[in-house]
Amino acid sequence: MAIIRIPTPLRPYTNGQSELTVAGETVGQVLENLVQQYPALRTHIFNENGELRPFVNLFIGENNVNDLQGVATPVEDNDRILLIPSIAGG
Amino acid sequence: MLPSLSHEEILRYSRHLLIPEVGLEGQRKLKAASILVIGTGGLGSPVSLYLAAAGVGHIGLVDYDVVDSSNLQRQVIHGTSTVGQLKVESARRRMLDLNPNIEVEIYNEPFTSENAMRIAADYDVIIDGTDNFPTRYLSNDVCVLLGKPNVYGSIFRFEGQVSVFDARRGPCYRCLFPEPPPPGMVPSCAEGGVLGVLPGTIGTIQATEALKLILGIGEPLIGRLLLYNALDMSFDFVNLKKNPKCKICSAKPEITELIDYEAFCGVPGHDHEEGSAGKEWDITATELAQRLKNGAPLRLIDVREPHELEISHIPGAQLIPLGQLAARLSELDSAEEIVLFCKAGTRSARALELLLSAGFRKVKNLKGGINAWAREVDPSLPIY
Repeated sequence: MAIIRIPTPLRPYTNGQSELTVAGETVGQVLENLVQQYPALRTHIFNENGELRPFVNLFIGENNVNDLQGVATPVEDNDRILLIPSIAGG
Repeated sequence: MLPSLSHEEILRYSRHLLIPEVGLEGQRKLKAASILVIGTGGLGSPVSLYLAAAGVGHIGLVDYDVVDSSNLQRQVIHGTSTVGQLKVESARRRMLDLNPNIEVEIYNEPFTSENAMRIAADYDVIIDGTDNFPTRYLSNDVCVLLGKPNVYGSIFRFEGQVSVFDARRGPCYRCLFPEPPPPGMVPSCAEGGVLGVLPGTIGTIQATEALKLILGIGEPLIGRLLLYNALDMSFDFVNLKKNPKCKICSAKPEITELIDYEAFCGVPGHDHEEGSAGKEWDITATELAQRLKNGAPLRLIDVREPHELEISHIPGAQLIPLGQLAARLSELDSAEEIVLFCKAGTRSARALELLLSAGFRKVKNLKGGINAWAREVDPSLPIY
């Protein structure tokens, strides 16, 4: 079970929830379980081919999963996954 | 050779001079420094005020907008007395009032691929306080190409991000975000709103980082991204690494000169809210009122969020928020003539594209949204 932090722009798709505890042994499984629970999130995280959208950044703890093993990165209990979106407001 | 300080300046900066990390030499470094602030809005306001107060000797401001009263909820460098004036003029006046010892250079023009290198060339540090993706990629690329630090900050609703992108010493903006989101996927502040104090928090952190860079003290936010959430009152830091495949700052860059950023992002380089779906699909408020008066059987669909109905609404319109539209298409009849509207026409233009792709043809977008309706047809409604 990992804890995923949902950024403000995506909270409308998680009933406003900011943190969710989601099962899964890898980052990919956690994300898949997440979008199954909240289907409206899917198009914001994955593209049509089921790949992570390039403007969505995932971090475990302080590290980008792209610098680890990508979606195959193993997840330990209580790991914090941060979803970091592109925002442009100023 | 650093410039000297007058007695007036020594008194003015005495609280800086008392800190050993700044001291007389640091204050003279600030006086000799030049910082370019791109955007004089929510972020640019606190950034410019604090840089002026701190005694940064040369500050450049880039903005082409005029002060609007809807800016004043967060853009604290401007005031009710400067509504309608150029933002750069309004900001310069306030900065020189705060500190007449500094020079403020103003660029009353959009920051574009044509002028960006020329404008930025003379500055030590660039601060990205823009409000849109094209100008953010442009600011990044200019800094990478010129070898300057880019103090990045951006905001949305309750959430902010800050980092220092300096490709000579760490990653750049493109390392983190190689591609912009598809047009319309991430709402802007003009569409989604922003807590007024949020840019204050983020902008003051940007100003802090800029001062640290000039003074050469502390640990700059290079290779780290700060994520702030005002609702949770959380500050998270993550590590950023240089992307070995980065298109601009890697060893073999694909991008070696500025590109067309509006084309790259698929959106305009500003956050103005007047939305249009293109001439063929727009209907003006006046035209719509006339057609309704003539008894045309039009179906009005309001694609705003439910909480916006309290501000203003058009009688007879049905609410289907944009986010629900795709799932509620069965409530609409493609044989009927449908007019879509939102606050200012941006979300409804997106709703129109969605309906067109679903095979609807008899659809129109209310140009300028319910705000245009309030201006042209029903002045009893407020504009927001």
